Amino acid sequence: MDRVSVQTNVLKANQEAARENRRLFEREGTVVINLMSAPGAGKTSLLEATIRGLRDRCHLAVIEGDLQTDLDAQRIRDLGVRSHQITTGTVCHLDARMVARALVEFSLRGVELLVIENVGNLICPASYDLGESLRVVICSVAEGAEKPKKYPVMFHKADVVVLNKTDLAIASRVDLRELEKNVREVNPKATVFALSCTTGEGLNAWFAWLRDAIASRSITAAAGT
Amino acid sequence: MHEISIAQSIIEIAEAKAREQNSRCIQVIKIRLGEFTTVVREALEFAFEVARQETMAENARLEIETVPMVVRCVACGPVTDPVREVCLICSECGLPLEVVAGEELQVEYIEVESVAERV
Repeated sequence: MDRVSVQTNVLKANQEAARENRRLFEREGTVVINLMSAPGAGKTSLLEATIRGLRDRCHLAVIEGDLQTDLDAQRIRDLGVRSHQITTGTVCHLDARMVARALVEFSLRGVELLVIENVGNLICPASYDLGESLRVVICSVAEGAEKPKKYPVMFHKADVVVLNKTDLAIASRVDLRELEKNVREVNPKATVFALSCTTGEGLNAWFAWLRDAIASRSITAAAGT
Repeated sequence: MHEISIAQSIIEIAEAKAREQNSRCIQVIKIRLGEFTTVVREALEFAFEVARQETMAENARLEIETVPMVVRCVACGPVTDPVREVCLICSECGLPLEVVAGEELQVEYIEVESVAERV
């Protein structure tokens, strides 16, 4: 038998596609968010709130990832924002090649902020760089304070962690400070927002931060390792 | 369960390397798998059994070396090894800890039949 050295990252093909996507985003001057969470944490709700908060000041577009249906893309279109649905069939995450294929028919001309809503899943999407500028992970209060500890890789790789559904903290018997402490322990560098898309509490701080991020366009991609 | 696509990527990388060597049959694929990834060893082993069908790795053995998670404090220096519960704040100075090992997902080498075996 002959032993042949390979020394190749298993995700190399994805990383190469992500690099191409990132080049395109930079060329178009588009800030790109990869929005991830467990199913039902409020990705589409946060998107809807963000569109309402920013649409007068910034040109947005959305790519939706789901196993089946274009219900989420429809929700976004109902707000007057251009959106494209990727249905993955049985695949539990988006990868850079799926996004590249979507971008062939979905023009980014003039788009300042593109949000890619990933498939609801706290495991697999963590491994796949899409070429984004920012990784935003939502954890809803109702999921329990231990969530970041149970899924450390996902929370570790986030640039921003949004603690959503703060209005349910008392009903869920979750201490927000404990939840935030658990986020900090797996990711001391993340920017953390606590908010409620239902009551609007905390949303203004998120909008202001996002506007600054878009205005500076100086966010360098942290992903892609 | 993204281990199927991970297993397919492993096989594609191994096949490309085997083709470079003009080999048709891969006998061993050795990978390094970090503890701080989202890939589960048992699930990957199962996925590999399925994914290798009708490929050059059909009879290959997948060898997995688990790489423990190691962290380091930029200020204090000492390396805690291995990490039991993930807490990436230095207990001495409170600064963020760096992950220096445990994120590997890498094909190390393959073993193919040698030229002598082929004739």
